[in-house]
Amino acid sequence: MAAHPAQARFFAGPTAPSEGPLVLPSVLQLIGNTPLVEIQRVRDGVPDGVRLFGKIEGFNPGGSVKDRPALRMVQEGMRQGRLTPGKTILDSTSGNTGIALAMIGAALGYPVTLVMPANVSRERKQMAAAFGAELIFSDPLEGSDGAILLCRKILAADPDRYFKPDQYNNAANPLAHYETTGPEIWRQTAGRVTHFVAGIGTSGTIMGTGRYLKEQNPAVQIVAAEPEDAFHGLEGLKHMATSIVPGIYDEARIDVKLGIATDEAYDMVYRLGREEGILIGQSCGAAYVAALRVARSLREGTIVVLFADFGDRYLSTNLWLGWQQLP
Amino acid sequence: MTQVRVPTPLRKLTGGSEAVEAQGDTVASLFADLDTRYPGIRDRICDESGQVRRFVNVFVNGEDIRFLQQLDTPVKSGDEVSIVPAIAGGR
Repeated sequence: MAAHPAQARFFAGPTAPSEGPLVLPSVLQLIGNTPLVEIQRVRDGVPDGVRLFGKIEGFNPGGSVKDRPALRMVQEGMRQGRLTPGKTILDSTSGNTGIALAMIGAALGYPVTLVMPANVSRERKQMAAAFGAELIFSDPLEGSDGAILLCRKILAADPDRYFKPDQYNNAANPLAHYETTGPEIWRQTAGRVTHFVAGIGTSGTIMGTGRYLKEQNPAVQIVAAEPEDAFHGLEGLKHMATSIVPGIYDEARIDVKLGIATDEAYDMVYRLGREEGILIGQSCGAAYVAALRVARSLREGTIVVLFADFGDRYLSTNLWLGWQQLP
Repeated sequence: MTQVRVPTPLRKLTGGSEAVEAQGDTVASLFADLDTRYPGIRDRICDESGQVRRFVNVFVNGEDIRFLQQLDTPVKSGDEVSIVPAIAGGR
């Protein structure tokens, strides 16, 4: 068996220790500045001139990319006076945003109520609850749109009680990525990024990061991965044609949209875990499948794929069924 | 007749119905009958080898058939079968 290509780099020595402050005043200051890691082995015939990097958002303190927009939306709500002491943060979410809001609410002293479909993963429910959030479950057969509609009803019944960040329609969601994710990727690739690939849920990641990168270099290609079918198992992703389209979504900002099958995405999760030592969630598997499709058509390029979270929050889900069947 | 509850993304096959009826002694035969009534629905639930797709959960009266007898799980008149995607899309 050939030497693992990462070995040479590993023996080149560890990276310099962080020169940041030794003590932070709040966990919220750990949000952002996530690492970019090169994918060395799972390349499947991609030409040598093309480099693939994963932006590993699982290193955020809430465990996902959603810490960024959640913090930005809460900050904006406080600044605008819409979130004031005594109010409860309320939103619909299929998981990661809920965990992020629950963590931020705990850190800032605001109660949090989350509406989620009953079939989100057990780890997600438990994490949000562990941060002290109140959970309300919507009909699993209605998907995330069912949670959105139930959340609207709860808000309408007592509008003064709540602050609803409304991640699907809040400009602070893409703004968080315009202000942080985009600049980080630009800096981490020294401006060499040619493609940015991410899954599409609220579309905040791709809208905000894409806008920033295009402003730096209009040639950067923005690639969205979405489920190829409305009936899918890619938690966190939306099949746009059959969903309530988020207000922040602007299809014109996407250069390429690729439909990914659930099974392909799951298999990619297993491979990245075993062949790279990077255990990510299923939406990241879909994004990486899309990245490889794009990469194979290039001669050279620097592709950054956003890995929204780690796979350990899906070990209770059907994703694990496939892991169990591996040889 | 057994009642089958259908998730939103598959309702375009059932004319928009959230709950439909079908006949069968097991989940497999129920799905076969369901497919004659709503052509194409079985292929959405099961893969080429006939097994329930990895991301789909099927419940008989609230019990996951993976912990019962899979597709051989018996069903009878009055039972409720739910087809639920393992996850909920949209973050």
